[in-house]
Amino acid sequence: MAKANEIKYLTAIKADNRPKKYCRFKKMGIRYIDYKDADFLKKFLNEQGKLLPRRLTGNSLKFQRKVSEAVKKARQMAILPYVTDLLK
Amino acid sequence: MSNYELMVIFTPVLSEEDYKAAQKKYETLVVENGGSVIHTKPWGLKSLAYPIAKKTTGLYWVMEYSAPTSFNEKLKIQLLRDESAMRHMFTVLDKYAVEYNDRKRSGVQHFSSEKAGV
Repeated sequence: MAKANEIKYLTAIKADNRPKKYCRFKKMGIRYIDYKDADFLKKFLNEQGKLLPRRLTGNSLKFQRKVSEAVKKARQMAILPYVTDLLK
Repeated sequence: MSNYELMVIFTPVLSEEDYKAAQKKYETLVVENGGSVIHTKPWGLKSLAYPIAKKTTGLYWVMEYSAPTSFNEKLKIQLLRDESAMRHMFTVLDKYAVEYNDRKRSGVQHFSSEKAGV
């Protein structure tokens, strides 16, 4: 009777069970991203104030574009900086 | 009559009543040209994220209005001519944006916006 730890698998067991990424806008039903809301937009920026890519924010394409549009408008109106350090 | 949102940054040098006078001027301009002002919200003096025209603070002002499509051009000329307005931006509001703005004004939002159903 083979013990559990002696069993050798031909292929490795899938170990990375990190939580499935979801698009927060679809899940919470948000339809409009306001460019005036700086602290909400900061969630999508890194320390230098640059836009985070989709694979990190987990946004769907449609809402990633809306976020980038809103951030660019906020930058234009000096609500968000173009480049900075230690934004958070 | 589509919905627009205008945000203007005035120079901080502006005194209180000049600031109000400028707001009044643009509001009357909208109403004269057959538009209607839905809501105006002066933010007052705020520090800018980066200096504009050598100034680090600015008097913000947001106006939400609906106007005929040909009107924005006139408003832009006025804004460009007005040297107290450092920067301005028009935004076209789609129906979700209008709904978002109404809900934001009526109820206090604890985050950017709630479920559409609410």
